[in-house]
Amino acid sequence: MPTSQAAGGFGAVVRHHLFWPVVALVALLAVNTAVRPGFLSVSILDDHLFGSPIDILRNCAPLMLVALGMSLVIATRGIDLSVGAVVAISGAVALTFIAGAPDPASTTTVLLAIGMALALGLVLGVWNGFLVSVLGIQPIIATLILMTAGRGVAMLITEGQITTVTSAPFKMLGAGYWLGLPVATLVAFGVFALVALLVRRTALGMLVESVGINPAASRLAGVRARTIVWTVFALSGLFSALAGLILSSNVMAADANNAGLFIELDAILAVVIGGTSLAGGKFSLSGTFVGVLIIATLSLTVTNVGISPLVTPLFKALVVAAVTLLQSPAMRRKLSERTRRRGRTAPVTPSDKPADVATDKVVAS
Amino acid sequence: MTTLASSRRGAPSPGRVPSVGRRLRVDRRYLPVVGTLVVFVLLLVVGGARYDNFLSVGVLANLFINNAFLIVLAVGMTFVILTGGIDLSVGSVLALSGVTAAYLLQAGVPAGVVIPLVVLIGSLIGLLVGAMVHVFEVQPFIATLAAMFFARGLCFLVAPESIPIDDPTFVALASWDTWAGGQWRITSSVVIALVVVAVAFYLLHYTQFGRTVYAIGGGEQSARLMGLPVARTKVLVYVISGTCAGLGGLLFAMFSRSGYSLTGVGMELDAIAAVVIGGTLLTGGTGFVLGSVLGVLVLGLIQTIITFEGTLSSWWTKIVIGALLLVFVVLQRLLALRRS
Repeated sequence: MPTSQAAGGFGAVVRHHLFWPVVALVALLAVNTAVRPGFLSVSILDDHLFGSPIDILRNCAPLMLVALGMSLVIATRGIDLSVGAVVAISGAVALTFIAGAPDPASTTTVLLAIGMALALGLVLGVWNGFLVSVLGIQPIIATLILMTAGRGVAMLITEGQITTVTSAPFKMLGAGYWLGLPVATLVAFGVFALVALLVRRTALGMLVESVGINPAASRLAGVRARTIVWTVFALSGLFSALAGLILSSNVMAADANNAGLFIELDAILAVVIGGTSLAGGKFSLSGTFVGVLIIATLSLTVTNVGISPLVTPLFKALVVAAVTLLQSPAMRRKLSERTRRRGRTAPVTPSDKPADVATDKVVAS
Repeated sequence: MTTLASSRRGAPSPGRVPSVGRRLRVDRRYLPVVGTLVVFVLLLVVGGARYDNFLSVGVLANLFINNAFLIVLAVGMTFVILTGGIDLSVGSVLALSGVTAAYLLQAGVPAGVVIPLVVLIGSLIGLLVGAMVHVFEVQPFIATLAAMFFARGLCFLVAPESIPIDDPTFVALASWDTWAGGQWRITSSVVIALVVVAVAFYLLHYTQFGRTVYAIGGGEQSARLMGLPVARTKVLVYVISGTCAGLGGLLFAMFSRSGYSLTGVGMELDAIAAVVIGGTLLTGGTGFVLGSVLGVLVLGLIQTIITFEGTLSSWWTKIVIGALLLVFVVLQRLLALRRS
């Protein structure tokens, strides 16, 4: 994000797009440490790192992958509601294949299963992309179709059962450790870093943003808007399938009904908390990263403080409401007015998209 | 995207009859609803041909009885979607209203107090969402998502376990029924649902508020420039949707005689699917409340057929609904393309 930090000073820090998300994360960690002073400590147990921070990093892996795809989709002005269904399908396919194979513990079987699940995820993503970019159906509806039908398909694959397997190599993906760190975290963070590098060190990120800001204009400027929209949906499907593999490998079971339930909402929350607008255009992968950590920490906080995990949604709602209200155009306008009282009046309740861009510019300048 | 933008339009203009519409002798605005009607009749024919006793008054009457709460939800959702918004909170608000009703009734609060109170809870949450959407310009998707989590969390605060309802007044109200024409069973839920539909129909088609709803969906900026009360209307549609969800919770509690915090998970999607199948465009501005009712009936009929089939597992419902959604969305898209 090209926010000018050179100006320095408190105002610039407050206006930085990651300010409120990071404040929320630090506050959550502070609450945890206050309740349990040893919360942030990490020790070595059984040859790997152990402690609440490691738990957060491991638990957030599937959400990290899903939110990564979601950020890119949202940046093109889209939304992908089908990720939860893809998570369920991917776990169902992989575990059904492993359970049906003659030797569930062989590495070849596991690699084949993973390959199949990822390929299917990619195909489902391409399907979504086809509906959106070729047929021109609104993303929310196009992906709602797969969201509704997808869980039915996953049930079809597992025949309504909760498929369980025992396969050491597959368990490695979700519950294993490498170099003392959870494999799931390494995979998710690795993919995240790779995509972030690809998006920010090449023109790809800018092209994605241009499609999100104005599809028609970007097409006229020679950007292949259709290909880009198609690609981000395909990637979202692929990453969701990988998340589904990690989730199912962690519990070694494929539950078509509950695997990845509401993960699409959590992912959208993470993206929004990270400061990316659902109106498309400018997106911030670092914001998404912090957003995912906030959601993962929040879930752990609720249990740590001793509240029933069933009430977690309530706290999620409060965090979302607080962060989105603080980032809302109306609030930003008030903040920027206060920091520079030069009698410039705020625009009279402008409409969504142009206003978003306009106020962003006001804040960034 | 350009075609998508130009396919949006303002309040329907009854004076202009499009050429294709004249050829088909149906106003093109009604085509999606007619499509839904065709699907509904087709499902009836298929069901009637495959199973004995399918085309009976009892099956049709049960269609309304079992889906009364969904009809109410879909009606509220129609208002929001017509303005171009979306309400993801209805399923959770339905659960919250049901759980609160059961909890208060168990605590001995009279039904006469509980019933208006739980409906008001829905209205209040709708008002909060409306304020977030309008005053703070939070996207409807996010604002209602927050409300969804909020209501679901509150459900568990009220009562994590299922509470049976045995309050005599409430049970009497829930089990009241009458037989129209001697065979068509009508329960109190059906009466309430039909009253809601009638009120919504009147509001949308015969009041200034209704015309403003369509105008906002057609183009918010234009509606504002025309001097329509955009702010008030935008908040009100969420209040209506919240109220409907609160009422839906009451109907669901009457239907199941209990309140449980996990009811209505994913029900917002059923409501949205019903509205879309009923011919309302998610971009806003086009659609009818009666179409949404028809959409609910189509969903209910699919469920009935799968129950009649017996050998088909319940997950086929989801797949069939998904496929139906796909067909409708693609058809709507083609219609929109031809229009532009």
